[in-house]
Parts: sequence; C-alpha cells; structure tokens
Amino acid sequence: MSDITLSLAKIVGENYVSSGEEELYFYARDPGLMPAHKPDYVIMPKTAEEVQKIVRLAGKEKIPLVPMGAGMALTGLIIPLKGGIIVDMKRMNKILEVNEKARYVIVEGGTSHGLLKSYLEKNYPRLRHSIPDSPATATIAANVMIHGQGRLTQQYGFNSDMVTGLEVVLPSGEICKIGSCSISPDWFSKGAPLPDLSGLFLGWFGSTGIITKVALKLYPRKRMRDVEIFITDREDLIPDIIYEITHTEMVEDINIFAQPLPMIFKDNHHITIFLTGDTDEELEFKRKMIWDALDGFIKSKDGGFMSVPPVMKPTLLDMPQKSVCRFADVKKGGGFEYSGPIILVEKYPECSRKLMELASKYDLAYSAMARIIGRGHCMMFGFSFTFNRADPDMMERVRKALHEVSEYALSAGGVFWKPTVDEQRMAIERMDPNTRNLMKMIKNNLDPNGIMNPGNWEVN
Amino acid sequence: MYTLKFDANLCKICPTCDCLVLCQYMDLDIDKAKEEIMKISEGEDSFVLQDCVTCYGCEEYCKRGNHPFYLITERRQQKGILTSPRAITKQWINIGEPRGKYRLGEIKEKILSFGFMPEFLQLVKGRLFDDVMPSYVFGQEFFCNVVYIHFANTSIIKERLPMVIDNFKKLGVQEVVCMHDECFGSFASLAPAYGIEVPFKSIHYFEYLYNRLERLGDEIRPLNIKVAYQRPCSSRLSPDKHHFVADIMKLIGVDLVERRYQGENALCCGGIFGMAFGYELANDVQKRNIDDMVDSGAEYCVFNCPACQSTLAAKVTKKGIKPIHIIDLCRMAIGEK
Repeated sequence: MSDITLSLAKIVGENYVSSGEEELYFYARDPGLMPAHKPDYVIMPKTAEEVQKIVRLAGKEKIPLVPMGAGMALTGLIIPLKGGIIVDMKRMNKILEVNEKARYVIVEGGTSHGLLKSYLEKNYPRLRHSIPDSPATATIAANVMIHGQGRLTQQYGFNSDMVTGLEVVLPSGEICKIGSCSISPDWFSKGAPLPDLSGLFLGWFGSTGIITKVALKLYPRKRMRDVEIFITDREDLIPDIIYEITHTEMVEDINIFAQPLPMIFKDNHHITIFLTGDTDEELEFKRKMIWDALDGFIKSKDGGFMSVPPVMKPTLLDMPQKSVCRFADVKKGGGFEYSGPIILVEKYPECSRKLMELASKYDLAYSAMARIIGRGHCMMFGFSFTFNRADPDMMERVRKALHEVSEYALSAGGVFWKPTVDEQRMAIERMDPNTRNLMKMIKNNLDPNGIMNPGNWEVN
Repeated sequence: MYTLKFDANLCKICPTCDCLVLCQYMDLDIDKAKEEIMKISEGEDSFVLQDCVTCYGCEEYCKRGNHPFYLITERRQQKGILTSPRAITKQWINIGEPRGKYRLGEIKEKILSFGFMPEFLQLVKGRLFDDVMPSYVFGQEFFCNVVYIHFANTSIIKERLPMVIDNFKKLGVQEVVCMHDECFGSFASLAPAYGIEVPFKSIHYFEYLYNRLERLGDEIRPLNIKVAYQRPCSSRLSPDKHHFVADIMKLIGVDLVERRYQGENALCCGGIFGMAFGYELANDVQKRNIDDMVDSGAEYCVFNCPACQSTLAAKVTKKGIKPIHIIDLCRMAIGEK
C-alpha cells in the first residue's frame, strides 16, 4: 500500500479505499461517450467528518478530488481528468429527517432518489419529491449539483430550485452550512431571507466543495395519477400548445418526445401530459380543463389526443421511466448519449429540425425528448442518439453530431445542461467577461490549489 | 383502381332515407336527409360531410345495401375533408403498415384471423377454439385496414386490402374466422362494395362461437347474470350477425338487459370520438351509454371489440359494472374462467 492509500485507509477503514486495477478501471469512466481516465484512488466515506479528513489530506498533498454520486450524468463529470481520488458518496445514504408539515427532507450526500421515493411511499404517503427519469440509483446531491429536473419540474422548476439547505465540505476542509440551517435548527430555506450562498455550490460539479447533506422540498402526493398524450404533426405549433397547457395550471409534468420508431411514433410530436388528483372528480376536472384548452387545435385538425391503452399506461406512469433504457439499446450494444441544452420553448421547432438534420447527416438513430421547466419558462431539449458500444465508427459519428449540437445550442440562445468539459469551455468563452471574472474569483478563493474536480469550470 | 358501387337511383326513390334520418349524431328529417344524400352522391358539398362523426350507423340503417357511409368517406377524401387531426390519422396509418413482423400459427385450411389486435393472442384459448387453434394469423399483413374509414381515407384501404387478401390466399386457406367485426366487415361488406374479390369464406367469430357452444352444450352451466352489450361501430358493417349476441347469451344462460341504447340505437364507445372530435362528444356519449347500462341493472358490460373494452373498461368499473370480453364470458360458461 502507498502512503496515500494508508492515510486514506486510516480515515475510512481498509475496506472502503482502493487503488486496485479493478476499481480504477470502473471508476475511470461513465456510461456516456467521454474518454476514460483512471483515478489513483477510490474512497467511500461514511460521515461528513471523514469527507473533511479526506479533503484536508488531498489539500495537503495537492491531490485532485472528484466527488461522485451514481455517475449517471453521461457527460463525464465524474471522470477524474487529472487522476486523484474519487470520493464515492454512496455510503452516506441516510435519510436524516422529514418535516412533514413543512414538507422538506434532509438526506446525506449519497442518498439515492430511489431510496427517498420508497421511504416516502412507506412512511409519508402524502409526500413526494421531484424524481428524475435517470435510474433510481442517481443520487439527490449529484442531481441538484447538476441542476437536474424531475417529475415536478414543470410546476416548481429545476430540482436545484427545490433545495432548502446544504451542508458542504469546503476545499479548505471546513464543514459549512448553507441556508436557514446556518442559524436555525430548521432547514426550510437555502437562502432567503439571508444572502443565498447555495449558488456557490449548485451547478459547480463539485469544483467548489463536496455536498454532505441536502435538504429538499417535498410536495403533496395525490392518490391518483394519469397520463394523456396530445400529438401533432406540426412542430411549429408545439410552443403554442405548451402555452395553453401550462396556462391551465392543472398539470403535474409535461414531456415531449418525437422519434421515428416504433411506427406508432413516426411523423408526430408527442406531448405527454401527467395529471394528478385525490379523487376521480378532481382528476376528471383537470382532464377536462386540459382537453378544453387544446380544443382549438383539435377542431383545426392540427392535433389530437391519441388513444393511450391501459397496457401502455404503467410504462408511462412509472417513476422513474425506463423508456430511456430501452431507447439506449435500439442499436444494440447499449450506448446512449444526449445533449440537453436549456432553451426557450419557442425554439422547439428549430431544435427538432436540427436533430433530424444531424441524424440524417451522421446516419444515426435519434430521439427528441423535451421536459418543460417551470410553466414554460424554458425547457430541456434532449438531442439523443443511441449507438452500439462495439462500433467505434458509430460512436465517433455520435460525438461529431453532439459537437454540432453544442455549437447549435449556443447559437440558438441555449445554455448547456450538465456540460462536458468542452462545452464548459465553450460556455466560458461566450460568457459575459464580468460574470467570468466573478466565477474566477469564487473558484480561486474557494479552491486556491485547484484540487476540486479539476478540469471542470476551469475559469482560469 | 377500385371504385365504390353506389346506386344514386336507390336513394332517389328511397321512401325513408333512414341512413340520415336515423342518425344519432345529426338531426335530419326525411326531406333534408334526401336532399343531403343526393348532394353527396352527386359530389356536391353537404354539411353531413363536415358533421358526420363516423359511427358507421348508416351502413346498417340503409336496408338497400347502398353503402352511404362508404360514399360519405369517398367524398370526404375527394374534398380533403378531415375527420380526425392529421397526426392521429398519420399515426393510425403508420401503425397498420406491413413490417414483416406477422405471426403464423400452424396454418390449416381453416384459420382464425386476429388481424392486428394483440389482445386476441391472450383471449383466444381453451376448448372453444380447440378445433381450429393453433391455426391463426396475426400482424399488419393480415390487418384489414377498414378502420381508415374513420379517417376518411379509402385510398389506403384500396391499396392495402387487396394485398391483405392476397396474403391470406398465399396461405391456401379456405375459411377465415374473423375475430373482429372490422375484419369480417372488410371481406363481407367493403370488399364486395368495391369489387375486390375475396377468394375464401369469411366467418364471423360470433357464428363460430355459437356453433362451438352448441357442440359443447353439455358443459355449459348457465351464468345467471345480467349483462349489457357494448356494440362496436364495426358491427354496423355486418348487422346480419348481430343476432348472435342474443343467441349466445341465451345459450349460456345470461340475461341480456333491455337498454335504451341497444341494437340500431347502440352508442359508440367514444374512443374514436375523443381522438377525432375532442372531450365534449366523447364524454357525452360515454356518460349516456354507461348511465344506461347502470339504469338497466347490468352487472357486466360485455365487449365484442378489444378497442371498445380498452376505452370503456375502467369507466364502467368505476360505476360498479364488470367489464368482460364475450370470449371470456363464454369461457366462464364452460367452466374455464
């Protein structure tokens, strides 16, 4: 064992640290297209104090640190570009507190969305959180760190907007509380009425600190959910349709998808509308409001509600949905990656056309998938491609297509979501210089040694 | 290209004009009905072409076999009048496109046709089908395509139906038991109306079920339940087979309740109405229909068409009525369910 391995083992115990080839191989990559790069060590802490000691050791030895949840972002955010220590947070998976009346939960930094969902269903059946459509192992802290979205995003914004407090280990090793919890035992707000310091960490991909606790807003869980799918063959009408649906304020979530296969989905854009209710009457009232809101499109024959047979509903209502996993294997070989810029809903037609243009240019299987954010303030538009991991040529074509997506997204006014390091560079170059300088000041002050997830948000 | 055999003179001398007078979704007296059907036959505009909701009822109301609904459909397509949103129409046409993914059982001279309704892969089992199964076909290649009359698109039918018939012919089958009314209607009604030759005998599955039940007579235990029957739109294409519903119910000891909306007066399940015309029409028809089932004291709602069942099953269940397909009901009667 090296000195560093021994030092790390003293912090967490021998069973939870490794520099073995097997671990280094797996922790060198994520499921996306980014090239692998091995870490030097992998460690799994159990407490914030252990994280603190790891950070202090890394700071002393100038060793890079890469915090990791489940590693599901697909864009290489947990690939240790400069080696160092992967801090796998999955052992920190306790649900610490649920405040039922104030509707928030405090969890440790490695707690998964699946765990929280099942815990709430069992213990607090009238509460829910905004679960993303990533696999259930995706962690809550990583998800808010990348500004993920979930089932309640149409109503309440990004999942990071639902954070009500953080505990963070700073690059200097201090454990710092963010939000109301910094002066109160109650974790009800991540900022207001104080200065909101959560922005020093959310969206930084661990380059300013490691989240060891997150408090998250919970929301009423209705007894019933249902789904309707409105379809149109005119992509240019999507923004107007979304505007009408969101105006009703009757909808839980809105996703849009378009793909050429299977044949049932060919030629059309599908707006999947989720609705909830505690009674049949409530559900039916909402359904009627939504149908009525779109009646003009039906009468003009520009769109209609497709028949959603009962056999299809469980798949659609599943949380998280598994359809992405199925799409990932369309070409066999299990490869899937998407670029999902955050962009105005009015850009949907343009994004859709661009996706089809690129799919045709690079001969790729594609899927468009969009999620409406906050009553139509913006959307995540996923330019998704599936590929065979055993086909290097196909993978290269996907890389080229995604690069073109990145350039297009910026030119169309979009902002990258969970950007790759290349996209981060593009964003930094395009950014207002004063904003860039502010980011630089923050990064340099918080992480003067540049050990926190280096390569990411390198403003310098 | 196949053309519809429609005799305008029959309409001209028709004393009742039942095709439009009996329509449940438009209000026309006999004079107006005659005026409009003549306009339609002569290729002129008519509000009927805009307002018809595609219930297929007029195919049954016309006792002269003059196919008023096929005519309406032809004229709509000629004039570019859409019944459903384009996206819905495209979706349905895409679904029916042959993809080479059909399934064949052990084909004999007599086969069951499941068309392209996967529900039959589960429903068709047990002694009722012992003498034919596993001789069956399933898939787009054996899908009659007649549903596109809902979408004012006869050209796709004229293009695909002959190919479908040819696919059956290539199998060398002599008799095809159609598990869906639309399939039977395509061979027994639409194909002849367009002069498309059908080189095999088509049998409605009601007739098949009735004959099987008669042969299994000793095993039938009367169910002694009250049922309402949900008649599908496509049964209007073969109204001469509708009597088998009552015949089968009698055979298995089921009380087919008297309803306001039964026989010629039956109401659509509303599935197509929702897709094509929106909430109001679909909801109104479904509410009246289900309330009528409740008022008539039905314990079960018996379905013939899996699509109707898919549309209404949850809704009737909420009203305390059990949804069941007629095949399952018959299997219950012989102790298989």
